[in-house]
Amino acid sequence: MNAGLPILRLGDILLSGLLSDLDDKTALAFTDELTTRIANEGIRGVIIDISRLEIIDSFVARVLMELAGTGRLLGTRMIVAGMRPAVALTLTELGLQLTGVRTALNAEQAMELLGWRRPAEEAPHAS
Amino acid sequence: MLGTDDSQVRSVLARMLEEDRSSLARDWAGQEPHDGDRNGQDLRREAVELLDALRTALGGTLPVSRIVDQDPAVRDALTSLSERRARAGAQPSATAMAILALKRTMLSAIERHTDDSALRYRAALLVNELLDSAGVLTFEVYSAGRERIIREQHDQMLELSTPVVRLWRHVLAVPLIGTLDSARTQVVMNSLLEAIQANEARVAIIDITGVPTVDTAVAHHLLQTVSAVRLMGAECVISGIRPSIAQTITQLGIDLSHIVTRGSLADALATAMQLLGDSARPGAVTG
Repeated sequence: MNAGLPILRLGDILLSGLLSDLDDKTALAFTDELTTRIANEGIRGVIIDISRLEIIDSFVARVLMELAGTGRLLGTRMIVAGMRPAVALTLTELGLQLTGVRTALNAEQAMELLGWRRPAEEAPHAS
Repeated sequence: MLGTDDSQVRSVLARMLEEDRSSLARDWAGQEPHDGDRNGQDLRREAVELLDALRTALGGTLPVSRIVDQDPAVRDALTSLSERRARAGAQPSATAMAILALKRTMLSAIERHTDDSALRYRAALLVNELLDSAGVLTFEVYSAGRERIIREQHDQMLELSTPVVRLWRHVLAVPLIGTLDSARTQVVMNSLLEAIQANEARVAIIDITGVPTVDTAVAHHLLQTVSAVRLMGAECVISGIRPSIAQTITQLGIDLSHIVTRGSLADALATAMQLLGDSARPGAVTG
């Protein structure tokens, strides 16, 4: 059951990331844990950071698309963040468009998409 | 038997080239149209260089059919001759003709050198073989030089024609100029995606005002770029679609309906600002 991939919870948002050596078992366990937590903890949004992925093959692409589909059924928005330019190029060349998966440039922008505000306008320190 | 004959002919020719070196060079250079003394001197120096190289090669052991290909001195002389003339603006055919003109000069020199008609005949055959391949080589060098220049210019054009400019905070633009083929799409996509990452851009505007025609291939490349940009998490707007291009796109039945398109770059920028405003609002951007 333990996927080995950390899943952080920030309010009603789950934050996780994929590593480059994702195999079937890990992917399944990850999907399992994620969906269970979405359902149990009333999660509104999920962010998956893929900035560590040097390559996305059709398997990882399918995992991401299935996650997005499952998330939608459970009423959450899933955002894939931090795709590298080279990965985006390869994906388009392969014709894998990650249909149904929302993307963001990095985790921060993904948080903004989910409605989180940058605390820039607030006072820097409240000691 | 043939070998001994061959070597006899070669030694005769080598001797002839040595003795008549200056007169041959003068005759040959004299046949060419040239303006001014300096040019004439250049021609003569060129001629002497080539004749010397030929003489040394004929004195060696390489078979005649391979002299031009494999003798480094002859090859160098011919290459530099061809390159110098190409740089001076000569046509490749003129250069080849000049090499072939050397044939005539050498044949008349052979006539002066020997009365033996069999020897003359064989020498003529040998000179023919040698200089024909020399003419071909000059042509090859010329076209290889041309190819190199074209390739260099092509590479330069690729680099020059794909600037990614930052229009606003989080807004990038790529003004495309010229036809969009797959090689250029690669370059555009690469630099655009890198720039998106570097500038944390949210909207990329691809301006195709400078693209003369949009056919299915170009449209396909545009679509590819747009989907790559979307994968990075940015939105893509295509601008600068002229009326004629819009007509072609609809006539070809290319579906751009899921891409935001605008007439002018100004409109696209306005749209980009709208998208930026929306993306800051929670829940506005939908897949």
